[in-house]
Formats: sequence, C-alpha cells, structure tokens
Amino acid sequence: MKKEEIPQDESNLSKSNVKELCYATDENGNYTTGLSTGWEPKTIALENSINAINERIEEAKQDIKSGKASPIVYFMELHRMDWITLADYVGMWKWRVKRHAKPSVFKKLNQKILQKYADAFQISVAELTNYKGA
Amino acid sequence: METNFTHHQSAHCENGVASNLLKFNGINISEPMVFGIGSGLFFFYFPLLKVNQAPAISYRPMPGFIFNKAAKRLGITVKRIKFSSPEKAQIALENNLKNNIPTGLQVGVYNLTYFPDEYRFHFNAHNLVVYGKKDTTFLISDPVMEAVTTLTEAELEKVRFAKGVLSPKGQMYYPTNIPSEINWEKAIKKGIKNTCNDMLAPVPIVGVAAMRFLAKSIRKWPKTKGVKVANHYLAQMIRMQEEIGTGGGGFRFIYGAFLQEAAVILKNDQLKELSLEITQIGDLWRDFAVDASRVYKNRSNLEDVYNTLADQLLHIADLEEAFFKKLKKAI
Repeated sequence: MKKEEIPQDESNLSKSNVKELCYATDENGNYTTGLSTGWEPKTIALENSINAINERIEEAKQDIKSGKASPIVYFMELHRMDWITLADYVGMWKWRVKRHAKPSVFKKLNQKILQKYADAFQISVAELTNYKGA
Repeated sequence: METNFTHHQSAHCENGVASNLLKFNGINISEPMVFGIGSGLFFFYFPLLKVNQAPAISYRPMPGFIFNKAAKRLGITVKRIKFSSPEKAQIALENNLKNNIPTGLQVGVYNLTYFPDEYRFHFNAHNLVVYGKKDTTFLISDPVMEAVTTLTEAELEKVRFAKGVLSPKGQMYYPTNIPSEINWEKAIKKGIKNTCNDMLAPVPIVGVAAMRFLAKSIRKWPKTKGVKVANHYLAQMIRMQEEIGTGGGGFRFIYGAFLQEAAVILKNDQLKELSLEITQIGDLWRDFAVDASRVYKNRSNLEDVYNTLADQLLHIADLEEAFFKKLKKAI
C-alpha cells in the first residue's frame, strides 16, 4: 500500500473522530505510517456483524413476547454476550444459565440469583423481571 | 502521581504497549521491530472453534505471545501478575505508579468507554498502559488511540476484571530487567526463522496450509451453510484481517516495515527486496477484502463468486509459500 492510497473513507471510527494507524510505503518505497479515517470494505464487514447482532436481539424480543424464552436471552443478546460469557459473568455453569432461559424456570428464581443476572446486565432486578419483550 | 511516559500511537495494541514500555525503559524499538522479533505474523484456521458464530480465523498468534517472545529474544525480563481480588489489583497498580513504573494491562474491550460503540465486543485480550493517576482517575495510554485518555477507578476495574474467554483477571505486566547490551542480529534472525517455520508448518490449520484449507471451505460454504451464513463468515474473516490492529493486509504491511528495518541492521539487501515482495502480497490481501465485501454487500447468489475468492486465496498461499522459503534462506 502506498502512503497516498491509505483510505480515508467515512466509517464508524470517523464518526467518533478516531483514526487508526496504517503502514504504507512512500515515493521511494520506504515504509512510513499514516492515519486512516476508515475503509469501506471494513465498514461493510462491521455493518454485517452489527446487523447480525440486531437480528438476534429482535429474535430474542419475539421469543420473550411469545413466551418461548426468559428475559435473560434478550439482555444477553443486547450486551453482545454468548452463553459462555454470560455464565462467566454470573459465576454459574453454562447448562444452568441455559436452563434459566426457560420462562418456567426463570419465574422460580430467587432474589439472589436474579441479582447476579441484573449485575451482569448492569440493570435492576425489577427491570430484568418486568421485561416483556416490547 | 504521573510517570514520565510518552504515548506513541501504533496499529496493534500488543506491539504498541511493548514498544512504548520498552522505549520508556531506554530501548528504542519500533512497533514493527517488536512484531517481527516476536514472530507476530501468523495464520490460523480452525473451523471447529467458533468465534462470533463464525469459524476461528486468526492472522496473529495467541495474545501475549508476541511480547513474551520478543522480550525473551532481547533478553528482557517481563513480570506478569494476575489477581483474584480487584482491590489488591488496584493497590498493586498504584504501588507501581508510585515507583515510577508505567504498567501494561490486559483488559476487556466491551466496557472501554472511549471506544466507539460499534467496536465494543467481548474481546478480552486488548492491551493498554496506565502511566499515572490524578485524584481518582487513571491516566491511560491506549496505543491504538491517537492521544492519551483516562478511566475512572470503577471503569478500570470493570475492564481489568472482564469475564468470558481469555478473561484478563486483572493481569498487569512490566519489564523488570533490561540487559545493558542487546544482540539485535540474533533476536531478529530468531524471530524470522520462527515465523518461516510457522507459516510453512506441515499442519493443516496453521500457515499457508491453513490458507489452502480455508480456500477449500470457502468453496463449500454457500452450499453447506447457505449464502447468508457464508457471507457472515466472510465478513468475520475480513474483520480479523483488517480491523483495528493489523495495520492493513492482515499484518503483512507491518511485516514489510520490519523487514526493511531488519535489512539495515543485518546489512542484508535481500531482506529489502523481500520487504517489497510481502508489501505486494499485502496488496493482494487488500484486493481480497475488497472483493469479499462486494460479495456480501450485493448478496450475490452466484456460486462462482466464492470460487473466485477461493482461487484468489490459493494464489496468495502460493506466493506466501515461495516468499517464506526465500526468507528462510536469506538469513
């Protein structure tokens, strides 16, 4: 990559005024560095991932509305977590967390366990239990 | 309290922290030099392991490997400490700052408040330096950012004790022993040899063999996984290749910069030529990214598109195989 070819496309970085460092060659073929505001192929790749996450959040919402899943699933997706990450945050085995994703099991959880989930999602217990998928 | 630390922006967090900490300790070492001596160039494809609902593809070795290898080859001792208690972790960090030791930390990205939202994933192997504390805020040098920044005590605790895969467990690290004389030639040669052996390894999930394995998989994805999933996989691959940290072209440009520096130190003109060659290969990786992004943007259903991408990848694998064989002979 030549220094004058360092891409300066609009991106999620440029929105926040962040620039990243790239390595490129100058007119004599010697390496130097330059800043980039973003590159379209990367922005498209990132958008693709964000869209996938948003689809998962939307799906979780529907599952909670229709009583197929407990609010844990929605907040897990909202925080871009997977089962392993969530299990580590609440300090429980993955299979136990997955069980808590069932509405029937979730209803019977005690305050202490609910508090662990609320802490992991940085919300209150009430916000967690009252979520109906709206 | 504030240490006399200078922030330099880098492409990749781990090289950047290493280079900045070593510069503070009187060793003038660039980011590409850390990367090259630490054998940072790598390729890994392991479809059974899934990251972000896509097969694991990596252009770099495991977090921590680069700095550890570079330090060992330069004869530098690096102390690493993990903590079970956040209180003790904070006290140990503050003690270091009192003793004028800027300290490297492994942190999770998700709660890094100064990162753009789109970049906040549960990735736990980010690196930054704490170089001071004013009242209750820590002074932070994050090497991928242009300027220094700050985090409150609570914010720093959250990122040091992020949970999930590769959780940092409050890990802090800093060089403790710097040799008076460094044998640069030996360290550079060792780093290059290690990279050549990795990239030419007779294992299907590592190096050029892994690129060929991946090319084969890319051809199958649309049929076995469907177009949507195939495109998601491609997007993840491009993110690993080009996202913050690789300096472009899956680290190939940083490696080119390293070879150019190495050519001067080793007085070896062939390395300068090889630097040009890896730069051209890096350009081909960039072309690959452009073409892949077209595929998932247009949602093209043609099976041929995936075949074309696979052919491109095979071509790069052939060029890299020849490149690393030449590089191995050159030193």
